[in-house]
Amino acid sequence: MSGALVSPDLFTLCKVLLTGIMKIQSDAILAGAPVGSPVEPLRGIAYFLMEDWFLTFNAWMIAITIMVTWAAAIQLLTMMWIERKFYSRLQDRYGIMISIWSLPFWPFSWWAKRRNKPTHRGLGYLQNVADGVKLLQKENITPANADSAMFHTAPVLIASSTVMIFAALPFSEGFVIANMPMSLLFILAAFSIAPLGILIAGWASNNKYSLIGGMRAAAQLMAYEIPLLLAVVALLMYAGSLNVLEIVRKQETLLAMVGPIPIPAWNVFSIPQFIGFTVFLVAIMAEMERIPFDIPEAEAELVEGWLTEYSGMRFGLVFGFKWLRALAGSALVVILYLGGWSGPVFVTLTPSVGPTVIPIPIIPHEVWFLLKVYLLFLLFVWVSWSVPRVRIDQILNIGWKRLIPLALLAILLAAYFAALGPALGGIR
Amino acid sequence: MKKLRARFPSALTELGVPRPTVVKAVIDRKDLLEVCAYVKDELGFEHLSCISAVDWKDHFESVYHMYNYATGTTVQINALIPHDDPKIDSIVKLWNAALYHEREAWDLMGVVYEGNPNLERILLPKDFLYHPLRKDFPQETERQYISRRKLKTGGR
Amino acid sequence: MAEFWVNMGPQHPMTHGLWNMKVKIDGETITDAAPEIGYLHRGYEKIMEVREFQKNVVLTDRLCYVSSVTWSHAYCLACEKMMEIEVPLRGQWIRVISLEIQRIASHLMWLAAYGPDLGLLTGLLWALRERELFLDLLQLLSGARMNQNFPRIGGVRNDLPPDFDKYCAKVIKHFREKLKEYERLFHDSKIFLMRTQGVGRISRNEAVNWGVTGPNLRACGVDVDFRRREPYETYEEVDFEPQVWKGGDGGDSYARFMCRFNELEESCRIIEQAVKKIPSGPYRAKAPRRAEGEGFARTEDSRGEALFYIIGDGDDRPYRVKIRSPVFCTMAATPIMLRGNKMADVVSILGSVDVCVGEMDK
Repeated sequence: MSGALVSPDLFTLCKVLLTGIMKIQSDAILAGAPVGSPVEPLRGIAYFLMEDWFLTFNAWMIAITIMVTWAAAIQLLTMMWIERKFYSRLQDRYGIMISIWSLPFWPFSWWAKRRNKPTHRGLGYLQNVADGVKLLQKENITPANADSAMFHTAPVLIASSTVMIFAALPFSEGFVIANMPMSLLFILAAFSIAPLGILIAGWASNNKYSLIGGMRAAAQLMAYEIPLLLAVVALLMYAGSLNVLEIVRKQETLLAMVGPIPIPAWNVFSIPQFIGFTVFLVAIMAEMERIPFDIPEAEAELVEGWLTEYSGMRFGLVFGFKWLRALAGSALVVILYLGGWSGPVFVTLTPSVGPTVIPIPIIPHEVWFLLKVYLLFLLFVWVSWSVPRVRIDQILNIGWKRLIPLALLAILLAAYFAALGPALGGIR
Repeated sequence: MKKLRARFPSALTELGVPRPTVVKAVIDRKDLLEVCAYVKDELGFEHLSCISAVDWKDHFESVYHMYNYATGTTVQINALIPHDDPKIDSIVKLWNAALYHEREAWDLMGVVYEGNPNLERILLPKDFLYHPLRKDFPQETERQYISRRKLKTGGR
Repeated sequence: MAEFWVNMGPQHPMTHGLWNMKVKIDGETITDAAPEIGYLHRGYEKIMEVREFQKNVVLTDRLCYVSSVTWSHAYCLACEKMMEIEVPLRGQWIRVISLEIQRIASHLMWLAAYGPDLGLLTGLLWALRERELFLDLLQLLSGARMNQNFPRIGGVRNDLPPDFDKYCAKVIKHFREKLKEYERLFHDSKIFLMRTQGVGRISRNEAVNWGVTGPNLRACGVDVDFRRREPYETYEEVDFEPQVWKGGDGGDSYARFMCRFNELEESCRIIEQAVKKIPSGPYRAKAPRRAEGEGFARTEDSRGEALFYIIGDGDDRPYRVKIRSPVFCTMAATPIMLRGNKMADVVSILGSVDVCVGEMDK
């Protein structure tokens, strides 16, 4: 297992760095304002900068900012970019191509001309930023008879509950803000506040289409929460703990060796968990409102469904946070079933004194995690853009009648194996 | 196909075969339902292709085209309607397709089809006052290519 | 929840064109429907009375802009029947070729609209990609991709360009490979089958009574294709099969989809045969300027039976032109198809019926 880049903990890392920076500043002030000079009161600032509560508070702020920026800004842009590029390639076209060389002002245009770069053959990563800016400058229209307080609260609910997930969602062993003993429960609960926001949005828009879309969304999301949670229950019989870090740690052991390749004990490789894996995958696709399950915001029928009446940045918030929830959902699947951030070890270091072998993070844990999340997301996008939409009653059919029995079967098998497995020679 | 001529009952004004597989009959408007019922039930013309309304300047004509899927014959029935009393029976009971065709003929030409359950404007806006396809409704000729002949005679 | 009327349209991403469909829903089930058309009414029949016979071809192109050669051809056929002139053989074959290419282009446009209606957004781009090839063929043939103004009374406007058969062969070969991909995208998708089977059923008798024609009628099991029933041009010498739904219970969206989809392959066969069998000779006959009489022509348009009834009274412009559009009649039958289905099926049904508002509203 390669090591984590951010270790042992995001907060500790921030605090250490902050302490270092504050110490340098404090020493500089102390040196620049010696005792007896007219600027002596400035020494108070130096002592203040090294106070513990000040450092802790600022370390927390910085850690949270890093996490939120990392997840909600950079990851969001990357997920949107992956999706747009990939589905346009599926559709036999190039996809978004405006790159930094297309910016019409200096220095970019100058650099582009110097290197003979065409303006329209780039990666297209900044296109999403441009779309966000475009949405910012649009007019925010509130429908006339809409319930104004609820109308404005709904996108806030959805956005904030989605960002709340990232308080407990780890990107590696150390890259986590709050390491709670029951963090999985917290993540799933935060994930489930969004349907409430969708229902409020559909109702408060005072629009027949939005109402229909909101009701459909409520029905669908409620129906698919249950198989989701049941699959997680099946998983808990193995992991034994609701702490996400524990779950990943349990998957880092070695299961078997197939030739020279070691197979880690990922949860997906065990039989009851495999059933749980499929149930969880389908349920999370429905929760993320991707095609084939995107009836609530089905374009062809209900214009945009429950978010018809939103314009400008409110629309941007809601629409963009669909991808953030996609990120959270894919991250959940990876953590629970695909081994989280564990990756194979390439180089180890054995210190001459000490019992353990220290792995060198050539490809650190964060990178493995992101790689797995992106690949899984690619799978979701692939399925999304290749199949038509499922009708709402068929969706509910699948949710209630097909997935729940499968999830219960998974629980049964997991209980059986967990209880009798060690007696039967460690079958998983 | 030409033998259908012999199977018609009397009370017809004119009968002819203008083209192979097309039989044309001209009738007065009061015989319409009878003839159509006969054509549909006895002769098996189950497809109503089209109902047109033509404005000859002294009378209207409601032209019905029916097609027989079994034999491949078309029958064209012209029903004459006097100009000042543009009413005729509706054949919606026989063919449901007539619903929309009669509405269109009423909308554009002003021929009233009694018995049509939903006789209102279909193509033109609901509060339009005139019936445009009539010959006395002027065609806008200023804004298009006008031939010299029309300039001399002042258009139609 | 009580029943209430919902307006689907006129501004709606689903409605391909501009028309309104009011559905009365009770929860999620449709109890009644009332389409409202006429938003695109351009007064064709009146305009055509003022223009000369040949000049009306420009107008008839734009009746259904997606499938323009078929409509202009129907008009020219009706005029020829009225004037009693005979189109030379080469002109007839060229007309057949252009008609079939246009039919494929029209069906591909339908496919491109039907996929996204159901949520399959990839179908849009793939079908439009193939449509580009056929529009290129039409451009080679007539100089324009849409609204080509190609048929003339008495023949066609120009001869086939040189090497046209090689281009056709190339395009058809490429298209046949892509058809296999489409089959995998549409037919083999279980979700697609779930969305379209059993949805929007109309029985055979009702369909005939309401005047439904074309692939919609063939989906109910009625073997009626006006290219075989009343062969015009040289369709008697072409070997093709009208696609009739031969399964047990037809009349649903899936049957309509299959009939229209299989017509793509049939049209390819027709083009291949026509390009080989075409004789040399004149392609256009001289049409008289003035005409008197009645002309009546029905053709198998991409959407059904297109009928032109033209009355001339000795002048150089028609006295009355009556256009019978297949979509107009099918629209009358949509309440029957919609009743009893869920509201999410409205798109599936109306997309499979292939609405083109231009010809509906004249």
